[in-house]
Amino acid sequence: MPSTREPYSLLPDGASDVLTLAEPLPLDSGESLSGVQVAYRTWGELNAAKSNAIMICHALTADQFAVEDHPVTGKSGWWQHLVGPGKLIDTNRYFVICSNVLGGCMGTTGPSSLNPATGKPYGLSLPVITLGDMVRTQARLVDHLGIDRLLAVIGGSMGGMQVLQWAADYPERVNAAAPIATASRHTPQNIAFHEVGRQAVMADPAWADGDYYETGARPEKGLAVARMAAHITYLSENSLNRKFGRNLQEREKVGFSFDADFQIESYLRYQGRSFVDRFDANSYLYITRAMDYFDLSRGTTLADTYRDCKARFLLASFTTDWLYPTVESRHVVRALHASGADVSFVEIESDKGHDAFLLDEPEFFDVLGGWLNSVATEQGV
Amino acid sequence: MATSLSRLDLQHIASLVEEGSRVLDVGCGDGELLTLLRDTRAAQGRGLEISREGVSNSVAKGLSVVQGDADTDLAEYPDDAFDYVFLTRTIQAVRRPDLTLAEALRIGRRTVVSFPNFGYWKVRMNLLFAGRMPKSRALPASWYETDNIHLCTIADFVALCAEKDIRIEAAYSAASNTKPEPFEPTGATLALRNLLAEESIFILTK
Repeated sequence: MPSTREPYSLLPDGASDVLTLAEPLPLDSGESLSGVQVAYRTWGELNAAKSNAIMICHALTADQFAVEDHPVTGKSGWWQHLVGPGKLIDTNRYFVICSNVLGGCMGTTGPSSLNPATGKPYGLSLPVITLGDMVRTQARLVDHLGIDRLLAVIGGSMGGMQVLQWAADYPERVNAAAPIATASRHTPQNIAFHEVGRQAVMADPAWADGDYYETGARPEKGLAVARMAAHITYLSENSLNRKFGRNLQEREKVGFSFDADFQIESYLRYQGRSFVDRFDANSYLYITRAMDYFDLSRGTTLADTYRDCKARFLLASFTTDWLYPTVESRHVVRALHASGADVSFVEIESDKGHDAFLLDEPEFFDVLGGWLNSVATEQGV
Repeated sequence: MATSLSRLDLQHIASLVEEGSRVLDVGCGDGELLTLLRDTRAAQGRGLEISREGVSNSVAKGLSVVQGDADTDLAEYPDDAFDYVFLTRTIQAVRRPDLTLAEALRIGRRTVVSFPNFGYWKVRMNLLFAGRMPKSRALPASWYETDNIHLCTIADFVALCAEKDIRIEAAYSAASNTKPEPFEPTGATLALRNLLAEESIFILTK
């Protein structure tokens, strides 16, 4: 288990399976990484034909604990309401895999991992990674599990980007792909918000150019601010109005101070504070960078990227998601039409903003469930 | 909202399609025609539907349907992507029927169009004697709330095809709750069907 060899990992002992890749992993930057570890969880049983495997891909700050209580926070898994025995992604029927992304901090190699060459944590000496690198890592895991072809790859937000990357890089290994609330490229606005977050981390003196692991201090203040700024982009104006309005936090009138007078301030502070317990600041830099570099048009067109892809696609966006708005999903749908792919798309009515993909959205569930069932039935699963 | 076609009309339309055809249903609603084509003709179906509810219901049935607008989104599809493009009870609800028709003909080898005939005698009588915009089984909504903004008669549609050099491969018409019958869309036959038919179905090629 990694704890003995990985003193700075946030993953508690024995909480996850960890695969060490035998071969070095080539990266899009041109560099390669040796001794890459991939922390993952699986649920359900792989059938004899190995045809019932579904990869679910996590978002920026989530991890492999999609379907069970989190070993650090104790909170339920981010898609626990969707995945499980008898649930929409039924683990009695499917073999479900979720791994921590490359660059992460829950057991997969990232900046907090020890560099085997030096015995010290990588920090910023870890090469910059991409969505392509993350998916290449997942493909190695799928090889290890003995699976040639995934029944489906499903994910939201950055998870959706991985889904799109899977279908682009391994079209023959993906039978069906559901990128939810996502985009095929980061817009300047997306990059701008990420840059604010990164600068907040880097402005924290404890960050120490990324070399903080052995100092005992962590850039918690900077990371908390980054999380607060990002968290706003996950919510809609409607949901902020509905949940918080201008309500004051445990007081009758404003305090003429800079305390958290408003409920929204208190809420954001809490989000920031609790985030730093389960996330590494350098991982935040690396993963946001990977998302900013993401652009599947690859200098030609997105339609060319999917020219050879025979996968069935389901895209869904949410009406009040302004982080990855419907227009971004439509952009992908247009390209898939031009490449002749089999695609379904629906914009789900929700006032919960980007976070809707993680919440109780019955219409989304109906669509995803119907689609997945028809995919599985078609494949004889 | 245009009411959906009768079961007889749908079965008739499905019977026109060869096994295994690639089809696009523009304005597919809840996917009734696509389901029929999949189950009886083993068609590879795709749908385009403007209403969220229609798309959700269709996708939940396992159909491949995209939420979009027939007025703008047909441009996304490459030339000759389909064997058949269906515009069933759709053409009268788009902003520019002529342009939608042109796009359908571009992306499909054949285009099947059905629409309620505004030349139907009951419609004419209604307008002539009551002096009110007609309502009928096929056109149940009032003028101010109807989605049917470009109603036409069978004769109007035949004239449009002539004007745009669209070839009419076959034409069918039906009175209420009867099986569609083929007819020759010229001269006295056309005039008669334009009076007696409540619904019409055309198969068009470029």
